[in-house]
Amino acid sequence: MITRFLWQGMGRNLRLGVLFVLAIGIILPLLNQLMPASSALYVPAWVLQLIGKYLSFASLALAVDLVWGFCGILTLGHAAFFALGGYCMGMYLMRQIGSRGQYGNPLLPDFMVFLNYKELPWFWHGFDQFWFAAIMIVAVPSLLALALGWFAFRSRVTGVYLSIITQAMTFALMLAFFRNDMGLGGNNGMTDFKDILGFSVQADSTRAALCFASALVLAIFLVIAGAVVGSRFGKALTAVRDAESRMRFLGYRVEGYKLFVFVLSAAMAGVAGALYVPQVGIINPSEFSPGNSIEAVLWVAVGGRGTLIGPVIGAVAVNFGKTWLTGALPEVWLFALGALFIAVTLFLPRGIVGLWAQIRNRDTARKAKVPA
Amino acid sequence: MFFLRLLERFAIGWNRSRFHPIANARTGDAGSRGTSRPADSSRTGCALAGVSSALAAVLIAATAWAADLQTLVTNLTTGGFGDRETAIGALAASGDARAAPILEALGAGQLYVRKSDNAVVIGRPDGNQLALTDAITGKSAGAGNEAELDRVRVNNRLRGVIEAAVGSLTLMSPDPRVRRDAADSLFKRPDPAALTALDAAVAAEKDARIKAAFTEARAAVVLVSDATKQQKLEALEIVRERGNRDALSVLQAAINSASDPEIKAAATAAAASVRQTLAAWEAAQNVWYGISLGSVLLLAAIGLAITFGTMGVINMAHGEMVMLGAYTTFVVQDIIRTSAPHLFDASLVIALPLAFVVAGLVGIAIERGIIRFLYGRPLDTLLATWGLSLVLQQAVRSIFGPSNREVGAPSFMSGAFQVGQITVTYGRLWIVVFSLVVFAALILVLRKTPLGLYMRAVTQNRPMASTMGIRTPRVDALTFGLGSGIAGLAGVALSQIDNVSPNLGQGYIIDSFMVVVFGGVGNLFGTLVGATALGIVNKFLEPYAGAVLGKILVLVFIILFIQRRPRGLFALKGRSVE
Amino acid sequence: MKLGSILKTGMVAAGLLAGAAGSALAQGAPIKVGVLHSLSGTMAISETTLKDVMLMLIDEQNKKGGVLGRKLEAVVVDPASNWPLFAEKARELLQKEKVAAVFGCWTSVSRKSVLPVFEELNGILFYPVQYEGEESSRNVFYTGAAPNQQAIPAVDYLMANEKVQRWVLAGTDYVYPRTTNKILEAYLKQKGVKQEDIMINYTPFGHSDWQSIVAEIKKFGSAGKKTAVVSTINGDANVPFYKELGNAGIKAKDIPVVAFSVGEEELAGIDTKPLIGHLAAWNYFQSVKNPGNEAFIKAWQTFTKNPKRVTNDPMEAHVIGFAMWIEAVKKAGTTDPDKVIDAMIGITVPNLTGGYSAMMPNHHITKPVLIGEIQGNGQFDTVWQTPGLVVAEEWSPHLPDSKDLIADWRKPMNCGNFNVVTGKCGGKGK
Repeated sequence: MITRFLWQGMGRNLRLGVLFVLAIGIILPLLNQLMPASSALYVPAWVLQLIGKYLSFASLALAVDLVWGFCGILTLGHAAFFALGGYCMGMYLMRQIGSRGQYGNPLLPDFMVFLNYKELPWFWHGFDQFWFAAIMIVAVPSLLALALGWFAFRSRVTGVYLSIITQAMTFALMLAFFRNDMGLGGNNGMTDFKDILGFSVQADSTRAALCFASALVLAIFLVIAGAVVGSRFGKALTAVRDAESRMRFLGYRVEGYKLFVFVLSAAMAGVAGALYVPQVGIINPSEFSPGNSIEAVLWVAVGGRGTLIGPVIGAVAVNFGKTWLTGALPEVWLFALGALFIAVTLFLPRGIVGLWAQIRNRDTARKAKVPA
Repeated sequence: MFFLRLLERFAIGWNRSRFHPIANARTGDAGSRGTSRPADSSRTGCALAGVSSALAAVLIAATAWAADLQTLVTNLTTGGFGDRETAIGALAASGDARAAPILEALGAGQLYVRKSDNAVVIGRPDGNQLALTDAITGKSAGAGNEAELDRVRVNNRLRGVIEAAVGSLTLMSPDPRVRRDAADSLFKRPDPAALTALDAAVAAEKDARIKAAFTEARAAVVLVSDATKQQKLEALEIVRERGNRDALSVLQAAINSASDPEIKAAATAAAASVRQTLAAWEAAQNVWYGISLGSVLLLAAIGLAITFGTMGVINMAHGEMVMLGAYTTFVVQDIIRTSAPHLFDASLVIALPLAFVVAGLVGIAIERGIIRFLYGRPLDTLLATWGLSLVLQQAVRSIFGPSNREVGAPSFMSGAFQVGQITVTYGRLWIVVFSLVVFAALILVLRKTPLGLYMRAVTQNRPMASTMGIRTPRVDALTFGLGSGIAGLAGVALSQIDNVSPNLGQGYIIDSFMVVVFGGVGNLFGTLVGATALGIVNKFLEPYAGAVLGKILVLVFIILFIQRRPRGLFALKGRSVE
Repeated sequence: MKLGSILKTGMVAAGLLAGAAGSALAQGAPIKVGVLHSLSGTMAISETTLKDVMLMLIDEQNKKGGVLGRKLEAVVVDPASNWPLFAEKARELLQKEKVAAVFGCWTSVSRKSVLPVFEELNGILFYPVQYEGEESSRNVFYTGAAPNQQAIPAVDYLMANEKVQRWVLAGTDYVYPRTTNKILEAYLKQKGVKQEDIMINYTPFGHSDWQSIVAEIKKFGSAGKKTAVVSTINGDANVPFYKELGNAGIKAKDIPVVAFSVGEEELAGIDTKPLIGHLAAWNYFQSVKNPGNEAFIKAWQTFTKNPKRVTNDPMEAHVIGFAMWIEAVKKAGTTDPDKVIDAMIGITVPNLTGGYSAMMPNHHITKPVLIGEIQGNGQFDTVWQTPGLVVAEEWSPHLPDSKDLIADWRKPMNCGNFNVVTGKCGGKGK
């Protein structure tokens, strides 16, 4: 019943989007599993991995859009939540390696062995259980967002100031994770994963399943986000974005609204990061780099902020472009990427989705003119 | 708040060390002590006495050996490093007046063997070629290039040996600076054989400061010689008074090698006293380092304080403007190197206006081409300028290549001097001065010129300024150009201490934003105070927490600080904030 | 819709490419060689040069008629200093482009990132940079130095020639300096150096304000014993470090610095006159005089159209690795990875320092170790050289956890972490 309620609450475009994402997530893995490798319809596993990566980036973009597009909080630190989720997943995957590491130590991951750790640091305990890791994937980013948001929103840090402190946060985290003394692998981070939930991460079927999981999660996020922004709560959020002081004067507790959506978004980013890690096979501190957060914001801008489908399109399009250009035009691809970002902000303030709407409006306007 | 408590602790620690009694009672006429003693005649007799080239008797002996100079010099060029060391000793011992320049050339890697005739020559760079002089006769031997010559190689150890040898040979040099260097190098590498030469030098020296340096060097030499206990104790006192790191090093060596318990105890006490003095200076040193780091932050941030602080443009390409300034410096130096080498010392001065113009023009172009469409959408400027920074980086990478470019330091920016026990490097000092000059100039421009007036008017109330007849678009472009131009100036300064590479700007962009936000957006004095404060805090944390943790703590501090004062250190008041 | 169509075209194209490549292989079409070096981002500064070297080597080989009667074709991609992208690009090279071998990576983390990909897809990677060791993969050939081919001889040299008694181990905080310093610390203690005579300091990547650390080194160095700095500071941060050293008046005579990550390329960015006498340990210097090296330098400067372009150690590693690969392909008569991997062991090719380097069963190569002093012209002067070639210790005997391990990829052992105590493959194997 709830599903039906949610379903009806969504707009037509959103419904199409959810269906499309699910279709990708089901059909492509099936093609990979069922078709023989010689068939023209066969989808190789690396394509699934790429799609899985794009879809987890799309989830991150959606999370950014929820706070920026709908609540006007420009976060320049969302990659931190993404990376934290990824680290939780990475820790789980490291524990799954067991004694298959280079040194064959059944308890300690390789990097701890050569840094002379004698026992597992306290925060590594529990990560051998998937359920524990799964809780942490949501809890760690949420708690950080709660702490940061609690202070920041209550002291009415807004606009650029908020952007800068989120950036400071992710920068500080990056420096912290780079330290080998943190016990999280330093610059090398974690890699060489073997199993997830007992299945080999290198098996095609696992990749297919992960790709499907990424699509499913994105679809669920779209539904949740749709429900949030479609509700009365969502209307209030948009109002906060457009006129914060007025909302305050009207008696709304603005910081509560902001905090809720910020924490929700951080949790979404964390889950996205957790799906990203097993598919790319490495998590390291450079995921915290401020540039990554800015890039996530740019995906949203390219796709169209303040819409739910926009960030998904933006994330996939930009990352597909990156994959293609770094291979096709390795020397000059940065020019293309940079120019794209400039062009989109200048000419497409509402992103690709906005362009779509513009064209359609023009069409309808023309059609409306003809009979007259 | 954990962080503040931490700060407090350091502050207390700092105070304590600052007010520690500083042992600096200087005992009078140290120079005369121990030098009036007649030279030990038995030591004068040994061959090594020749190091005192000023002694007439030895000069006569040297003339007698002149025929051997050829052999001695040839010996320098053959065999391995071990043989070369012996040869250097022999040459120095010959006492020949020509030995010093030959040894100096050897130390500087300018001694060659010409392949064609096996002549030993000294080659000094002259354009693309080397101007050669015959090592033995000192006459010109034409020109040559590296391919026709075999360089006589030396390593670090030999360079040390050469320096000590040359040091004792040049104690009587007419150039006071050379004498001083000789004293310093003997202090760092005390050689018992140099004692007689030093005694003579102390007696002959007129300049009080050099005389003191000689006395100190002599004391260091006494400590490693087989002098009497009393002499050694006196020497310890002299070294203790010198009170710097080199002195500590000499004292430590004395502790390590002393066999007599009394000397050992005296040396330990002296070392402890020197250490105390140094610890007190260390706090002052940290303040200086902090100011120096702060000046770098200020330079990087001050342009941003205009474009971001007063115009509200989140200019992520700001770092790339700094980079353009640095590359302008490189280009200027490159041209100077190839076409007018004598102007090299002026290269930075020439680069300054050019960097300002280049970065400023690029800034104006950016404003006209991109930013002006985005006023009122500050967050969009962030996105567009981020894209722009990618393009600029890649453009520089395509034009200049991805590797570092060499930007040399003009002579007035190289080296260091001592203030008490703080080493102040000229490069850093000039950067501090420069950042303050830029800051003052900017304040003047904003306060006293019509342009500054227009800028303030436009940023405070655009429609009103416009109705008063100010051409706001022009003022916008000029303001942005000014901010970018100042970033270009920063690039000239930063090229002296950092890599000139396409990544230069990225390293500063986040720090710059932190400084501006911490100081308070729209307030230049806030930027100044913010930069200095962050620099000093960082430098006081670094010795305790390490470089990485120190930086993290500073970032956490900024995050917490913004929660307390959401508009920075010096918030703008009034209606214009919203 | 747009998204879907892009993806579909992408996939169909990829499928077609894969099919085409499969059928083309049989007809003497070019053999593809992957080049996986960052051309943008922070590591572009070092890696772009290696890409150019590979292009030059492949070009030269083609002028000689290629190999097995087929031309070589370079496939260049840009992993953009982004570690997950390294893995992705490696996969693209192996699966989509079907390259026969890949030459690439610089940082340890990029190698760790691509390692599972190469093992899964059975590719061949030539890794040209000195690194921390503690690894040996069947699919990777390490043509750079292991710690014992660089760090330990340098320390030996300083002890013997400069009589150094006090040591500062300064490094960037990442795995290579951490491991190298651990090995050095164990080694120094074994040589009788006391704990208080060793100072270890780590700094972040790209550290640019060295005032405090230089002051600390100065302080540590004033203990009456000859002090030296062993620097594993990462490439980029070296320039400000050396500038600060020079300005603070720390001369090589007083406190020599021996660096393992500073080569001709890094020095090209600094005025080296204040640095004369500081040291570096490598397996190759541009200043080494012999016909092979001179020919290489000339070819390189012609290829880059820059008569001042310098060469460095990782470039030599690629030269050796590429020559070895060509030999192995000739020996195996095919580019099939399994056959080439087996053929690689024992291949010996001339290196550029006048000797021969051989591929050992642990997939590392034998190298001479050269200690050089920085000259005023940005070059190094070799002041010492190991009398013969040094065999790499991929598992350091100075670390407790790796001292029992060896790697030998010949049959029947065929293992990268064989434990000689338990007699089993797979580390400690408890």
